[in-house]
Amino acid sequence: MIYPYIPHTDEDRKHMLKAIGVDSLDQLFDGLGEDLLLADSVPISHGRTEDEVQRMIDSIAQRNVRGIPFLGCGCYDHIIPATVKALSSLPSFVTAYTPYQAEMSQGLLQAIYEFQSMVCEITGLDVANASLYDGANAASEAASLMIGAKRKATTVLVSETLHPFTLQVLKTWAKGTAHTIRLIAEKDGVVDLSDLASLLDDGCAGLIVQSPNRYGLLEDYTDVASLLHERGCLFAISNDPLSLAMQKSPAEWGADIGIGDTQSLGLSLAFGGPSCGYMAVKEALLRRIPGRIVGATVDGQGRRGYTLTFQAREQHIKRERATSNVCSNQALAALMTTIHLSSLGWGGMVEAANQSYAKAHYLAYHLAQLPGITLIWDKPFWCEFPLVFSDAKRMRKFLQELRNEGIFAGVRLSALTRQVKDELVLLVAVTEKRSREELEMYLAAARRVMK
Amino acid sequence: MSKIVERLRYSKDHEWVRLEGEKAYVGITDHAQHELGEIVFVELPPIGERYGKGEEISTVESVKAASAILNPIEGVVSEANEELDGSPELINEDCYQHHLYVLHSFSKEDYDALLDAKGYEAYLASL
Amino acid sequence: MSEPLLIDLSKKGRKAYCFPPLDLPRGFEQALPSLPQNLVRQQDARLPEVAELDVVRHFTRLSNLVHGVDNGMYPLGSCTMKYNPKLSEHIAGMREFTQIHPLQDVSTSQGCLSVMYNLLEDLSSITGMSWGTLQPCAGAHGEYTGLKMIRSYFVKKGQNQRTKVLIPISAHGTNPASAAVNGFDVVPIASDGEGMVDLEDLASKLDENTAALMLTNPNTLGLFEKHILRISEMVHASGALLYYDGANLNAIMGMATPGDMGFDVIHLNLHKTFSTPHGGGGPGSGPVMCNDALRPFLPKPDIELTDSGYVYRWDEEDSIGKVSLFWGNFLVLLRAYVYILRMGSEGIRAAARHAVLNANYVAARLEPAFEIPYGKRCMHEFVLSCAHLKEQYGVSAQDVAKALIDEGYHPPTMYFPSLVSEALMIEPTESESLETLDAFIDTMLAIAERAKTDPESLQTAPHTTVVGRLDEVRAVKQPDLRY
Repeated sequence: MIYPYIPHTDEDRKHMLKAIGVDSLDQLFDGLGEDLLLADSVPISHGRTEDEVQRMIDSIAQRNVRGIPFLGCGCYDHIIPATVKALSSLPSFVTAYTPYQAEMSQGLLQAIYEFQSMVCEITGLDVANASLYDGANAASEAASLMIGAKRKATTVLVSETLHPFTLQVLKTWAKGTAHTIRLIAEKDGVVDLSDLASLLDDGCAGLIVQSPNRYGLLEDYTDVASLLHERGCLFAISNDPLSLAMQKSPAEWGADIGIGDTQSLGLSLAFGGPSCGYMAVKEALLRRIPGRIVGATVDGQGRRGYTLTFQAREQHIKRERATSNVCSNQALAALMTTIHLSSLGWGGMVEAANQSYAKAHYLAYHLAQLPGITLIWDKPFWCEFPLVFSDAKRMRKFLQELRNEGIFAGVRLSALTRQVKDELVLLVAVTEKRSREELEMYLAAARRVMK
Repeated sequence: MSKIVERLRYSKDHEWVRLEGEKAYVGITDHAQHELGEIVFVELPPIGERYGKGEEISTVESVKAASAILNPIEGVVSEANEELDGSPELINEDCYQHHLYVLHSFSKEDYDALLDAKGYEAYLASL
Repeated sequence: MSEPLLIDLSKKGRKAYCFPPLDLPRGFEQALPSLPQNLVRQQDARLPEVAELDVVRHFTRLSNLVHGVDNGMYPLGSCTMKYNPKLSEHIAGMREFTQIHPLQDVSTSQGCLSVMYNLLEDLSSITGMSWGTLQPCAGAHGEYTGLKMIRSYFVKKGQNQRTKVLIPISAHGTNPASAAVNGFDVVPIASDGEGMVDLEDLASKLDENTAALMLTNPNTLGLFEKHILRISEMVHASGALLYYDGANLNAIMGMATPGDMGFDVIHLNLHKTFSTPHGGGGPGSGPVMCNDALRPFLPKPDIELTDSGYVYRWDEEDSIGKVSLFWGNFLVLLRAYVYILRMGSEGIRAAARHAVLNANYVAARLEPAFEIPYGKRCMHEFVLSCAHLKEQYGVSAQDVAKALIDEGYHPPTMYFPSLVSEALMIEPTESESLETLDAFIDTMLAIAERAKTDPESLQTAPHTTVVGRLDEVRAVKQPDLRY
């Protein structure tokens, strides 16, 4: 019997069993004992041919509907050059594991080194790791880092304007541990740091904020870093990294830690994953950054080469003394971002960010003219903005009408927060990928509903 | 055979303590440096902080290991050996000449409870 | 040939990608307000400015300097480097999946939800558990999630004092690290002379403060814990839970289930057992499966099948909350689902049987030349020791590993578990044919011979790669971590 992906013939099995000195495959499982060995195969379906699987998947795929997405909230439909898929699909990249054996993994190690370099360049910070699971987990890793860096600290201050799901991940992080997440309230759509000084006691490890924030608004962190540093607290800023082609980088705000998700840099929507978290820090925190780090060094002949380094920080060495359990990361997704940024260059990144900004403002400006829709808060935004509808019925009709045109008009904030107060808020994201025609379709449909 | 210096006191976590008046110098033993291999980094404790006995106060790293230094006697850090910042390998060269940090206002009781050279030698032999 | 950094090929003005021009009405473009000055970035980032062909050649050359399963055998113990089917790659690239937004209305993402729901059903059947979550992005992330659930379970029961997690000393480093980051105290459990959990040591450490025992079964020596039912009884009698690290599920899937062994909560590594590619270190996927008692504590949201199709359920009060930004690494889940569809119930069973066959065959043939301290019969992997080579000829496990590189093999896992000195942990997987195994074995035997005649050639290996052994001390003392 030949099974998929198993090359053994009957003859092979006989030969191998003989070499081992047993009579049957079953004998190799004697150690499991009769109580545990399953009498029957597990209750899943029988195997299928390649063609049968493809047909089955085709029919499942038909139950997904692709629209013109004006959806964001942490996952954006940006232009991705064809190089990204073509090169990230090269088989040795796809089928290698963590580059433990540096000599036969130089290509992967160098690509990660280039990724780290790009993350440093974009955030303005000194040291980046080889990636983390996603932007939300980057935030909880930042919280762990802060707690570990300050003796006796147990509390991390977190802006309420973080992505609602990131906040949930942080709350899970604190659950059942000695750590506390203390939320800092928002005011007019941005974090209100006016009382920050009063919260910075010995137990406070640092502050995590996000810009663009959960509403798409850009936040102003003037004087925040110096206040935190005076009290021995760390400052982490979470960004959409593409926005950093326009807005101030974490380093320019004086932050110690820059985190986020590189989904907007070369990763498809993919129903939300894989994406790719990143973290960059100031040099002083080098030994506290979680996850893998690649460094350049030389071999015995003085040839430059790359290797995993600073491993003494990691779980496989520190075990129960580790402050992070991260082992694998999102290497292939980080590679996609590296190829994406290599293709775009800084000029391309600025172009994508600027066009997203212009197109988002075009749509926002015209939507704000319509009755029954308000652009809440007069705050700077980049490629995503919050609309408030006057009533639920019109909001539903609006979403339905646009949906009929094949347009996904936006994300209802309440879908993320599950709070009644957010039910009338719609977050609309516009990237450089949305054509003028698509923008006009959106506006035409909106005008029909919101007369 | 690990080198042990007569006049020092020792902890079972392989730290040594040397008293000089009101100062207590703390370092790691020859056994500890040997176990670690080539030392590439020493994290020095912040000055002015009080650490309890057995509290993690510093980390000594080689390429493939990170060893926590557990403060052997309660006290307040008055100095850290900055020399180790650029040259952590000094510990490999002579671990008894190069301390990690100095404590003041330390617990005499904790100090008295440490092993003497003979006791430490016997302890090593029992491992 | 080594490859320069792409940034070093940069030439100002060169472009690998051109955006379409902005086509908004000219009046609007001119009136467009700019960002307030104090929010504007000042410093440009240095990114490569190169042509498309430069990008293509750079990454193609880099890929030539990487060894993957598609290049050759990869017997990296405990990582299950099996073949990653091309069908799964093809399907994971379909626009009907890659272009679906995680927050679009559920009525428009029923395909994705059906994949996830059916995958959960199949994983429940394969593991003998009642339900699970697909959110965790890696095995260690699954451990984090499962332990968080255990913590919440005891807090809910009013047993906050259960703060100890027992972990065998032979466990993967992620186990104690995951326990520690969840606020647990880690208590190591000794191994007995046969490499199994030391039952006496276990008994002495189980008490009313114990939250869980974490086990990998087969363990990291490739041995099945033959007392698992007894262990389960002991753990549960003390009121604690039993956690299964699914790193080695490939040895037993379809043959036995963690559920029958008495495990309460488990994590899987889809990138090991279910053939999704490792991608150079991720993205992986670490679903957590559990029994009915722990089900309320699973992360949110759950997926439910109703009359109107699949929906998310957010209303479970005891849930630990979210562990990922969205729903998990969906494209990885999709690949695992394709694998299960393709293999079916007989196929996954056959995979385990042939994985075990291959490992035992390699062990049997290597045994005359290498020491296998914990017996030659194993499950899907085994650990051999190079201690005798080290002692007699000065050839270490690392030297043997590096010599394998010159012969086109990825080395086994080195120096793990620490129970075995000069350890090499070999996991051939079911994917490798008899001929490939024989060639690998012959190479290992030849290396063992060479240790006697020409140890130096091993101590200085590899000789054929773009770089030799790298100076790791220098990498730390003179950090060069970015361009």
